[in-house]
Amino acid sequence: MDEIIIEAGRCERQYWRDLWRYRELFYFLAWRDILVRYKQTVIGVAWAVIRPLLTMLVLTFIFGKLAKMDSGGVPYPILVFCGMLPWQFFSTAFSESGNSLVNNAGMISKVYFPRLVVPVSSVITSFVDFLISAVLMVCVMIYYGYTPGPSVALLPVFVLLVFATAFGAGLWVSALMVRYRDFRFIVPFIVQFGLYVSPVGFSSHVVPAQWRLLYSINPMVGVIDGFRYAILGEHTLYWPGFCISLVAVVLIIVTGICYFRHTERTFADII
Amino acid sequence: MNCPVISVENLSKRYLIGRKMEKGDGLRHALERAIRAPFAMLRAESRAKRAKTEEFWAVRDLSLEIKQGEMLGVIGRNGAGKSTFLKLLSRITEPTAGKIRLRGRVASLLEVGTGFHPELTGRENIFLNGAILGMSRLEIKRKFDEIVAFAEIEKFLDTPVKRYSSGMYVRLAFAVAAHLEPEILIVDEVLAVGDAEFQKKCLGKMEDVSAKEGRTVILVSHQMTAIQNLCTRCILMDQGRLIREGQTAEVVRAYTSNGAKLASGGLAGRTDRTGIGDLRITSIDLRDESGNIVMEAVAGSQVVLSLEYTVRENVVINDCVFCVGIEKDLKEYFSMSSALVNRRQIRISGSGRMDFLVPNWPLMGGRYHVSFYIGSNQGIQDCIDDAAVIEVIDGDFYGTGKLYHEGWQGTAVLVQHSWKHHPNGHNSRKVVLDERHRIKPQIEFA
Repeated sequence: MDEIIIEAGRCERQYWRDLWRYRELFYFLAWRDILVRYKQTVIGVAWAVIRPLLTMLVLTFIFGKLAKMDSGGVPYPILVFCGMLPWQFFSTAFSESGNSLVNNAGMISKVYFPRLVVPVSSVITSFVDFLISAVLMVCVMIYYGYTPGPSVALLPVFVLLVFATAFGAGLWVSALMVRYRDFRFIVPFIVQFGLYVSPVGFSSHVVPAQWRLLYSINPMVGVIDGFRYAILGEHTLYWPGFCISLVAVVLIIVTGICYFRHTERTFADII
Repeated sequence: MNCPVISVENLSKRYLIGRKMEKGDGLRHALERAIRAPFAMLRAESRAKRAKTEEFWAVRDLSLEIKQGEMLGVIGRNGAGKSTFLKLLSRITEPTAGKIRLRGRVASLLEVGTGFHPELTGRENIFLNGAILGMSRLEIKRKFDEIVAFAEIEKFLDTPVKRYSSGMYVRLAFAVAAHLEPEILIVDEVLAVGDAEFQKKCLGKMEDVSAKEGRTVILVSHQMTAIQNLCTRCILMDQGRLIREGQTAEVVRAYTSNGAKLASGGLAGRTDRTGIGDLRITSIDLRDESGNIVMEAVAGSQVVLSLEYTVRENVVINDCVFCVGIEKDLKEYFSMSSALVNRRQIRISGSGRMDFLVPNWPLMGGRYHVSFYIGSNQGIQDCIDDAAVIEVIDGDFYGTGKLYHEGWQGTAVLVQHSWKHHPNGHNSRKVVLDERHRIKPQIEFA
């Protein structure tokens, strides 16, 4: 029989074991969110397709047709899609996990389970949308008769990277949201702002060379560049920038876990 | 078997109350501090908070041991720290000091239907709720039919729970929780919901869990009958402390006759009162025949409801009228007024007490709310709706040793009555009523 000791400041011992024990809850919460998301909508899951499709069209129009930005010979919609795919995943995961703890306040103040499950399952839910969009991108690529090069084999690595970024950022914002509801206003702003700061609608090659390194502090720059590198394969990856982005991602995750674990024990009291 | 499953040592939990977002506590300041000294920030923040705010100890120095298979009752007034104690045991919140040692899996049922999603069907919610309470998918699958049968919702399994009646909702939620198989089960006042028959079923289930399956159960309840039926041992809490521990009957008696104040929660601090305010009611208490404060009114016994008042200095109030109303679930059961019985002028000044005497308390068990209204020839002096709560426990109202059928309990007023049968149109004799049926509420000065 396992023994649990509860003491001030010492709940962590069993934490990671508990997380394993509650592993099915990740699945159940994600499953619930997916089931509920399209209830009482007329076109249901079609929303998962329409949203990225429309965004792609708008971005292609603005950056490709109006601003006539350089795509390096690739059909502009595909260039946009490569950026949009990780960006949309990140932005939904970021805003959904931000609200996740507050939305599940009832559960948090009445039942014990590792709180980490809640924001993470929001990220998983968003990942399902990501997969749907990915299928859509394959369709667009077929439409343009575009075949990716051998570098596409690296794609899973970059998918993992965007997942990690969303995970780290989600932990931060969900924990902060519990105490400071200001983030309810900050998060949409970051998401909106980020769309223009990150190379979603354009290739990061259009950024002047002297700014490139600084620009890569935004972890999504490295992620999106990675996606473009894997799928379009034409430009070589800008390694110094990519490494900086990678460091930023690791930093976000490590500090995110620390901050979340630190504040987690007071969630039930302040939520 | 004799080794304690739960041992609690000097458990304390402090909350900081009355705290608004003060200067130095907001996001801006948190950011400022984070930029200045990123590492010292978290520690400094909690220190600064401690200095500024008022402390409240919800649980204080609680030590306790519970053995395997034991069913422990936890009783005490609202705000005594019972729920916080359960939250600490179930790891929802962290203790401020002290230690708890738990041997075995813990499942807690602090609220019925936690995590239920209204849009999902009954079937989906069983899985979701089970997972939240810590069951594995296999476990839920295995018990699925049993849960559905227990909840009696077979027909509505695929209906979203938002279309369920509240009774169905509660039944389903309890059924899921009742089929958990933890070594330690923690249950907060959840039986207060659901109809009597289902309550009985739940109590039966809980008894099975502890007696037949050797699990440890901790139960918080305001229903003394449930506590007395189920628990062998009981603890009484007050203001966060464990003040009594022992055999259930003994502790329950200590609680119900405890000289503590009625749950009027300090009327002095109430801001929801109206009236001129020359006179203020300071407390409302229940007293027994000899004037001692008691915690509960027993149906059928003599009950004194006493209102203590203070009149503003150098003010004399003429023609004062005292009224109290007893209600439950927004339904008024009866009211008493000094203007209706023993009509005479009441002139008051200084402070004192007004007792309403009910010789034969006519309400069934349950929680009732007391409202009062004090008037004078100048208008309303003092009035608070829902000023206090009184607990009524079922008693032998008719002197026959019989109680109402369970479905009727707590839903109506008890009325003295007798009956006479007239077979085949025979002339009846006059029915003679017992003397006590004619006693009216009286007032007297104490």
